Amino acid sequence: MSRDYLFRRILIAIPSLLGISLVLFTVLALAPGDPFGELVTNPNVPAEIRLALRAKFGLDDPVWIRYVRWLNAMLQGDWGFSFTSRMDVDTLIMQRLPTTVAVIGAAQILAIVVAIPVGVLAATRPYSLFDQIANTLAFVGFSLPTFFTGLLLILVFSIQLDWLPFVYRTDIRASGWQWWWEHIRQSIMPVTVLGLFQGASLVRYVRSSVLDVIKLDYVTTARSKGIGEPKVVTRHVVRNALIPVVTLVALQMPVVFGGAIVTEQIFRIPGIGSLLISSILANDTPVVMGVTFVFACLVVLFNLIADILYGWLDPRITFR
Amino acid sequence: MTEALLEIKDLKTWFKTDDGMVRAVDGVSMTIARGETLAVVGESGCGKTVTARSVLKLIDMPPGRFEAGQIVWRGRDLIPLPAADMDKIRAREIAMVFQEPMTSLNPVYTVGDQIAESLRTHHGLSRKESIDGAVEMLKLVQIPNAERRVHDYPHQFSGGMRQRVVIAIALACKPQLLIADEPTTALDVTIQAQILELLGDMKAKFGMAIMLITHAMGVVAENAQRVVVMYAGKVVEEAPVEELFGNPRHPYTQGLIRSIPRVDARTRGHARLEQIPGTVPSLLNPPAGCRFANRCRFATDPCRDSEPPLRQVAPNHKVACIL
Repeated sequence: MSRDYLFRRILIAIPSLLGISLVLFTVLALAPGDPFGELVTNPNVPAEIRLALRAKFGLDDPVWIRYVRWLNAMLQGDWGFSFTSRMDVDTLIMQRLPTTVAVIGAAQILAIVVAIPVGVLAATRPYSLFDQIANTLAFVGFSLPTFFTGLLLILVFSIQLDWLPFVYRTDIRASGWQWWWEHIRQSIMPVTVLGLFQGASLVRYVRSSVLDVIKLDYVTTARSKGIGEPKVVTRHVVRNALIPVVTLVALQMPVVFGGAIVTEQIFRIPGIGSLLISSILANDTPVVMGVTFVFACLVVLFNLIADILYGWLDPRITFR
Repeated sequence: MTEALLEIKDLKTWFKTDDGMVRAVDGVSMTIARGETLAVVGESGCGKTVTARSVLKLIDMPPGRFEAGQIVWRGRDLIPLPAADMDKIRAREIAMVFQEPMTSLNPVYTVGDQIAESLRTHHGLSRKESIDGAVEMLKLVQIPNAERRVHDYPHQFSGGMRQRVVIAIALACKPQLLIADEPTTALDVTIQAQILELLGDMKAKFGMAIMLITHAMGVVAENAQRVVVMYAGKVVEEAPVEELFGNPRHPYTQGLIRSIPRVDARTRGHARLEQIPGTVPSLLNPPAGCRFANRCRFATDPCRDSEPPLRQVAPNHKVACIL
């Protein structure tokens, strides 16, 4: 039964990815800017060669023909060629993707690990000192944009205290533990900035969700069983309260990726976010298309994970 | 009267609200003997549910608080008892069945899990043993295919079946007192009778005392040995069931009994069902005298001036009325 469910969800993901790619492709085709723009002004390239190149790459064909061609190539594993970097788009993205996924993943884990206990503790003692402090910090946390807190951390920990590096490097010349240590050291600030920003709003959601559940009848039933308050909260309250929070985390994924683009710029992380920005600036359409499509895939993937988690957390869902 | 199992003495459970103190339970006393069924009746908001929840200390504090009184369970006052000791009494000695079977089960755990939970906590059973225990309980409350149903989730059960599960949870640890808070109110009439019969069977089997909270006088007549009538946070009358129906002394009790629908009402000359005029007074600022005075057709000035004490009018029959 649950395999059917998973299969159905994956089937639904296919048309949505096709739709997303179509929209992306059309918008990029309509956007101003030409990857060969630079050739026009280059006196060393004769006009015939320029036109021949345009014809070779099919740049003057109608949008839908170009889309079908792109889709066809994509399905065969050919993601196109970066005009600026002189390499295949998929190679370029695969170089950058692990860094982004590691930073975003670590930040999300940090957000969840901080937000769930804090939100639950705040909700079980509403209006207590702990609750007030948690609420205030959460409010401050999601009011401060990441580009501000990022710069602030760089200023304090890299420039003033000189504890952490402020440029993220992938070419660390070390091996074994040393290599890991350097990576963790340079990830601390970006992960903290992104994670706490996400965690701040998550705390508020967890708190209100727990407050909703803790008043319900089955929690009273659980209390009447004499299993002790900690078990009542962890077994009967938190699990039910997490169901709406899962939706929220999944729906926030696009925002997280958006925030990651900004954070990657600030900390000079060579992830796909900074790749996207540099390729937009360079009119490198195949790379822009590739990166945005990867973002779309990741968002769809996280929604899929949320749906699976849903089925696991709430037995009523799988059977529908 | 035999040995008292539970003795509630002058209990006051008040709730702090923005408008002031709500005196939901305001000086209630009652006792339950071993193996006895005591019915607590009264209309909505009279404090019967708060009294019941006070016994298991399931009142949210704040806003609620025990202003005064004692809840003596087998010689021990529960009010000052620490939470850890209270948890040893819950389910194992005193258990509760709730009003709303649709919401009193956790939707994300199987019914077996929810029954097994208290068995694991109180009897230290392993996972498998406790699930076997849960199957036994489901058989006892007459759920067909118990071995298979034990792995089902609450949403796969009907209302009546869920209430059977709730009863199975309550009885899993063989408590000496079962508090049933309007156990049939949310159910179809035909199912109501089944659930009451089941409670009777379980009582015959385990010999526990039952505190049956209800507003249905018919349920009282068929199931209880003694009755406590509550009105606006107070006990107004207490009597054995035959005595109460045969010789109700308090005007409120008389009104309650007259408001039971009767099939032969027309032939007896009452075309319409009788009602008690007026509404329950606010528990924020209860009137000084008898709380029923403004709805009572016999009320006189002395009724409004001072509160009538609960007095003995016959053996085991007490009433809080000066008439």
